[in-house]
Parts: sequence; structure tokens; C-alpha cells
Amino acid sequence: MTQSTLTRKIWMALTGLFLCFFLIIHLLGNLQLLIPGPASKEQFNAYSQLLSGNIIIKIIAYILYASIIAHVVYAIIITVMNTRTRNVKYHYDKRGNLSKWYTRNMGVLGTIIFIFLVIHFRDFWYVYKFGELPLDEHGHKDLYTLVITVYSELWYVVIYVICMIALCYHLIHGFFSAARTLGLYHPKYVRWIRILGWVYSVGICAGFAFIPVYVHFLK
Amino acid sequence: MRLRLKIWRQESNEITGRMESYELKEVNEEMSFLEMLDVLNEQLMQQGIRPVEFDHDCREGICGQCGVMINGEPHGPLQNTTTCQLHMRTFRDGEEIYIEPFRALAFPVKCDLKIDRSAFDRIIQSGGFISVDTGQAPEANSTRIPVPVAESAFDSAACIGCGACVAACKNTSAALFTSAKITHLAKLPQGKTEAQERVLHMVAQMDAEGFGHCTNTEACEAACPQEISVLNIARMNWEFNKAHIMRK
Ligand code: HEM
Ligand code: SF4
Ligand code: FES
Repeated sequence: MTQSTLTRKIWMALTGLFLCFFLIIHLLGNLQLLIPGPASKEQFNAYSQLLSGNIIIKIIAYILYASIIAHVVYAIIITVMNTRTRNVKYHYDKRGNLSKWYTRNMGVLGTIIFIFLVIHFRDFWYVYKFGELPLDEHGHKDLYTLVITVYSELWYVVIYVICMIALCYHLIHGFFSAARTLGLYHPKYVRWIRILGWVYSVGICAGFAFIPVYVHFLK
Repeated sequence: MRLRLKIWRQESNEITGRMESYELKEVNEEMSFLEMLDVLNEQLMQQGIRPVEFDHDCREGICGQCGVMINGEPHGPLQNTTTCQLHMRTFRDGEEIYIEPFRALAFPVKCDLKIDRSAFDRIIQSGGFISVDTGQAPEANSTRIPVPVAESAFDSAACIGCGACVAACKNTSAALFTSAKITHLAKLPQGKTEAQERVLHMVAQMDAEGFGHCTNTEACEAACPQEISVLNIARMNWEFNKAHIMRK
């Protein structure tokens, strides 16, 4: 079936919103790293073990992989097709005045997020699933110590925070844009969604960025 | 006032164009932008140079013919104003002004600043109408439309088809134009019967003309002389999704 510009956008929106939903669960899990003392390690490792065994979590994980792939594939299709709609550039272009910079650079922000995801999967997801992780005293794979070690590198923390800023702008536009793509047109609720999008994006990204900073300087 | 103009010159669609520089020594601030171009053309004809072709009809902001890119913005720096309603007092003495046609593969340049907007006509032809029986006019009160509904439909109907939304959009999307007509008719009882086919046909035609995907940057609304709201795009998306799910 040939797709229209709007159906492609619907897939972007649905996969994007699923990723938004996933980020909430992911952040809640990570917050356990902030628990003071040895309880943090025990709880975080036990939680990781619990997730890797659960069938529902497995299903969600597969939807997650599919969503990331579909989101990126559609992002590339949309971006490439859009660049082919105009063959002569304006000699003098002030159209930047007409919209916000991050709304025009979702592809760039997305690429930063994608590079981050590759590093992130390699460092944690791959090592946890396929690597050799030592066990902690309760017999759980010791993901906690790995995370703490990685976060002790300052350059890693800096990159992490920069990527979270990129994610934040991606989400501020993405969350609202997804609601529009799905057809939310009532002015009152459009206003609410914009505010909710801001709160969500800043909350999620500040939360994610705070964890490595806290671990680096205070653990 | 004196002006330095940089204008896109292109004899026809087959010939590649280029920017040319011109100087105007005596421009009155009270002139409209198009009158300034008229003065330039008189000067060019006296010098034996082919005058600059540009589209215009009403010169009062309602026909949508005159849109050009002025200093990098559709219809120039003044918000919500067509090129013909822009006056030279908006510019400084001695200013350099860049004038280019709206750029889109779907809007081929015909000559200089003139573009072919018939892609918009084909989008309207694909569904931007209602089918009514001919014959006697129906009883006026048989279809009752509350004033707020009529007003809001009229806000959508105010689009003049100038193409500034497409020119402003980094994706060359025609979503604002197409959605304005879909929303105009979706808001009115007369438009309801054909709502489903209308949105599917008009979106298909919009795509077939080679316009891009809307990514909701909202540059179109900022550039639109008629202040057509981006909520029209949201309504189009809603109508499209509904039609997509409900169609057999
Ligand atoms: C955690 C990761 C991500 C989340 C939560 C997310 C979320 C979203 C959402 C909600 C949208 C709005 C969809 C719409 O406009 O209807 C979106 C759009 C977009 N995303 Fe992502 N995204 C993520 C990662 C990525 C990645 C890795 C890329 C690219 C490599 C990317 C590229 C794009 C692009 C190009 C758009 C289109 C912009 C637009 O249509 O306005 N995103 N994203
Ligand atoms: S929506 Fe506005 S900018 Fe676009 S064609 Fe209509 S009047 Fe012109
Ligand atoms: S000439 Fe008709 S709108 Fe400008």
C-alpha cells in the first residue's frame, strides 16, 4: 500500500508516543540509583533481574525495539522526501524568524539521540544481556556497579547531560506535534497538551540528567 | 527614498534564472510594494530592458496572486499582510531588498516572479466543494447554522490561496492551505455528507502534487496574510484519521 504524508506522520507519532511512555518507566526504575547507602545496589540489581525475566516486560521490550527502528526509518523517509520538494534555495532566507529552531531541527536532535542510544545500548543493555557481569551478594547480575563505574567518568556525564538537553527539545516539539498529528484540534486542550508537553519533557530530561550528575559528584 | 533591488530574473521555466541588481533613485514611501515595482518597470523599459514580470490582480489583499519572497520572508517583513498591501514606509532609505519567487517544485516558475499555482486549483478540484441539487433555492431556515459556527467556518474560508504557507515551510508542505478548505467545509452542515471522501481525495492530491510532510513548525501561520490558524491542520488530521479508520 502506498502511504500518504499523513499516514507516515501517524506512525511517527505513535512510535514517538510509545517511546515517551517508555521513558517514564525507565526513569522511575533509574531513580532507584538515588537511594542512599547499600540498599540502592541491592534494589537496583534485583529490579533489573525482575525486568529481564518478566514476559510482559519482554513484550514491551520488543515493541520498544520495533518502535525505535520504525521511528528512525520514518524519520529518514520523511526528512529525505521533504528535502526533495524544492530544488532552488532562496538567495536570502529569513524564514528562521517564522518558527522555533528546535521545530525545524528534529532530525538533527533525533540523530544526537540516536548516537546516544547506540552508546547507551552498548554500555548497559548489551553488557547486561550478552556480556559477562559479575554477580552481587544476592546472586543478581551487578549492573549497579557497572553504572556507577561508567558515571565516574566526567566526560561521560557531560555527554549524557548534553544528550538529555537534545532529548528535551525533541520531546517539547515531539509531544505536542504527535497530539496534532493525531488530530487534537480543540483550542483549550491544545493549550493543555502544550503545557503538559513542557512539564513532561523538562521533568523526564531533568530527571535523567540528574542521576549521573548525582552519582558522579555525590556517590 | 533610494533603494537597491536584487530581483530574480528568469525568462521561462526552461531557462535557468539568476539574481540581478537594480537601483531606484526616487521611491515614495506611500507607494505600495507593487507600485514600486511598476516604477522600476517603467525605468527598465526606458532603458530597453525586459520589465520584471510579477503576478497581481486585485491589489487589495483578496485575490492571492501577488505573493513573492521579500528579504527572505513570504510577503515581506510585515506580519499578516499581502505583498500588495505592503508599503515602502516599512523599508529604510538606501535599503537593499531581495525579491524572489516562492520556491517549490510544485510551483514552477513561469517567468521572473510569476509562479504556476495550479497545483492549488487541482487540490480544490479534488474535493474542496459541496454537491447540491440544482433547482429552486431551498427554504432559508431549513439548514440552521449558529453564528459562532458560521464565523469559525468563515475564518477557515478566508484563505486566499496565495501560497505563502508553502513558501514559508521548510518542508514545502501545503497542509495549511489544504486543511483550511477541509476544515471550512467540515464545520458546516452542508459539508458533512462528503466529508470522508473530501479529506481522503484532497490529501491524496496534495501528495500527488509533490508537497512535503507537515512537521508542525507553524511557520505557515506566521507567514499567512489571512492569519489562517494551524488548528485547521489539526482538524484536517482529525478528519483524515477518522475517514481512514471508518472507510470500508
Ligand atoms: C527516546 C527517543 C525518542 C522519542 C521519545 C521521540 C519522540 C518523538 C515524537 C513524540 C515525535 C512527534 C511525532 C509527530 O510529529 O507526529 C517525534 C518526531 C520525530 N523524531 Fe523522534 N523520538 C525519539 C528518538 C528519535 C530518533 C532516534 C530520531 C532520529 C534518528 C528521531 C527523529 C525524529 C524526527 C525526524 C521527527 C519528525 C519531526 C516532526 O515530524 O515534527 N527521533 N519524535
Ligand atoms: S493558508 Fe494563508 S498563506 Fe496559505 S494559501 Fe491560504 S492565505 Fe495564503
Ligand atoms: S494583488 Fe490581490 S492579494 Fe495582492
